Amino acid sequence: MRQARPASKTAHDVDFVVVGSGAAGGVIAKELAVAGFRVVVLEQGPYLRPPDFNHDEVAVFEEAALTNDFRQQPTTFRKTPQDKAQKQPCVLYGRMVGGGTVHFTANYWRLHEIDFIERSRCGPIAGTGFADWPITYADLEPHYTKVEWEIGVSGLAGASPFDPPRSKPYPMPALPVKSSGVIFERAARKLGWHPFPAPMAILSRPYPGRGACVHCGFCEFFGCEVGAKSSTLASVIPMAERTGRCEIRPHSYVRKIETDARGHATGVIYFDKERRERFLKARAVIVCANGAETPRLLLMSKSNLFPQGLANSSGLVGKYLMINGGAGATGLFEHPLNDYKSVAVSRVLHDFYSIDPKHGFYGGGGIDARFDATPIGFALGAMPPDAPAWGKEYKALLREYFTRTMFIYTHSTSLPVETNSFSLDPEVKDAWGLPALCLTYKDHPDDLKTMQFFLDRALELLDAAGARRKWSWPITEQSFAVHLLGTCRMGNDPKTSVINPDHRAHDVPNLFLCDGSSFVTSGRGQPTMTIQALAYRAAGRIVELAKRGELGA
Amino acid sequence: MEGSGVSRRQFLIQTSLGVSSAWVTATWPAILAAHEHARQAAQAGTPPKFEFFTPEQATEIEAVAAQIIPTDDTPGAREARVVYFMDKALVTFDSDKQKLYAEGLGQLQAKLQELFTGAIRFSSSSAEHQVAVLKAIEKSAFFRRVRAHTIMGFLADPKYGGNRDQAGWKLIGFDSSHVFQPPFGYYDRDYPGFEADKKKEGGA
Repeated sequence: MRQARPASKTAHDVDFVVVGSGAAGGVIAKELAVAGFRVVVLEQGPYLRPPDFNHDEVAVFEEAALTNDFRQQPTTFRKTPQDKAQKQPCVLYGRMVGGGTVHFTANYWRLHEIDFIERSRCGPIAGTGFADWPITYADLEPHYTKVEWEIGVSGLAGASPFDPPRSKPYPMPALPVKSSGVIFERAARKLGWHPFPAPMAILSRPYPGRGACVHCGFCEFFGCEVGAKSSTLASVIPMAERTGRCEIRPHSYVRKIETDARGHATGVIYFDKERRERFLKARAVIVCANGAETPRLLLMSKSNLFPQGLANSSGLVGKYLMINGGAGATGLFEHPLNDYKSVAVSRVLHDFYSIDPKHGFYGGGGIDARFDATPIGFALGAMPPDAPAWGKEYKALLREYFTRTMFIYTHSTSLPVETNSFSLDPEVKDAWGLPALCLTYKDHPDDLKTMQFFLDRALELLDAAGARRKWSWPITEQSFAVHLLGTCRMGNDPKTSVINPDHRAHDVPNLFLCDGSSFVTSGRGQPTMTIQALAYRAAGRIVELAKRGELGA
Repeated sequence: MEGSGVSRRQFLIQTSLGVSSAWVTATWPAILAAHEHARQAAQAGTPPKFEFFTPEQATEIEAVAAQIIPTDDTPGAREARVVYFMDKALVTFDSDKQKLYAEGLGQLQAKLQELFTGAIRFSSSSAEHQVAVLKAIEKSAFFRRVRAHTIMGFLADPKYGGNRDQAGWKLIGFDSSHVFQPPFGYYDRDYPGFEADKKKEGGA
């Protein structure tokens, strides 16, 4: 921004403090820094570099090297607000510079037009806060394109007849098909469905400063050593730092957003690596801490002026949580697929993006062909439930199955139910003495029916593929959240939403929230790309407001 | 994977794939070399001393692991030195499981004597008796943890002390090269491309 003032003349430490460096925080920090603002990003986790990553299953799973660690940050779970929450692991998110984009699988589906206007198309649904978004697919389309080109997404435009309109093709071709993809594609066509190459945020060609995928196969749960996976750590954060105006501060755990007598945000209080309290003053605060930590921070920021928590006059902070449905089936084939190699997913289909309402429930989703088990994970938990779990026969199955197995995985809608939420646990505290996250969640009956519908399609597909053996697990109510959506929903009405379409909190003019919490509906199960499209759009709106002097600080 | 040829072979594959960004070219061989070094260091010479188990406990627990993944025409938990992985786990990331192991070894002994009067040690019992004892305790927290540790020790990176000579990875067919190119498996060998396959199959 041309009129950015010299540092010595401002009473503020920085223009913007961004809380969280993941999918949204990384993008917004980069956009604001490029626009000329001074930005500090506070990230609770460490700043790891590609050489720090490895394929060590023990470190990644047992020691929570890239994610929140329940031993430091316990969580509690209950099904309904009437139950007493029990201490148990129930939330997983990336806890490091780059957030969840470092360890994610990198499926990059756009939302479709219907996702933004479901409520007006389908009418109300009992027991839900089903609503239209205040923006449309057309509003977001340019930002989806920017995501694809700036962070790097591989795919084949026009390959799915159900794709929404796009202004540009993908910047690089789809990644090579795997054996699971070929099996899936041919079986799906037999059934009259429309499989297509999976759009993935993984480079099929080198990008400036980053290598193309070497097909090591350690995507999901692992960091990428060659920078081919388009995490914000590999893509936009280096761009932000190159401006000289963006500082990433790792090990900085924000506990409160401070406000002044007018009710404007003045900055944030955070713990540094040595657990000393620090205050960082800023003209505006942008929270991109994910759909669990963003509402938690607002609820922890209560004050005399904001007794229910900051930006919570609607009472909806933390509510309407949606975690997406997931169901899947496993198939065994005659010859080795060696599907542990390369990216997890190579083929997808969207024929059931909106399930025919004649089934009597609302929902929709997508289906993919994948193999995302590492050796230990496969041996511990992916074998048929009725197979021996140890001994001679177990060993024989392990020997045969690891290379000959693939998964059909399905991803589906969650309806927004007000009682499904993140709140502050009244008793349990984390290692810093802050209230633990409490998850309250019970799937809407339609969501369970949707999952069952997709499980049936997955089994049907394995039959069409001629699988030698297939197995699955029954659909049950979910109690573990990875996709964290809807907890500070966007809307025009301050009574029924937390942020406006500019991502500005209705109650606090210089506070912005952007991450999965902004979602109004859940989409069909691959939210990260939309989080990033929202982040590019939000950054544009924030720059515009700042230039017009309308930040309110 | 043998010797120092590995890094070089992988480097050549990578180069032939056209992955030529300066950063990757400079860094990837170094990463592979570091992995390889850790692996060789872990496997060089005689096995380390136990830090948690007494030699007697190690013998008993190894006998349990050897029933979970037995030795047949290929190496099992015993040859993969899973017991060293367990020992390391119990003094590092799973140190809170020490009590479970200590008590579990007692339960194992008690169950053995309950089922087979006069039996002295699990490790010196017949295979049939061992299997019978383990079947009787297979729902216990102790057995479930030993099973998990056995599987992990069999398939974890060898730097943790198990998976010796990559015995576990070889059994399941996992190639630890970490750099591959298509085709990856049997079914994608002759794939003609998305549009061509669609036409050929005459599908939707």
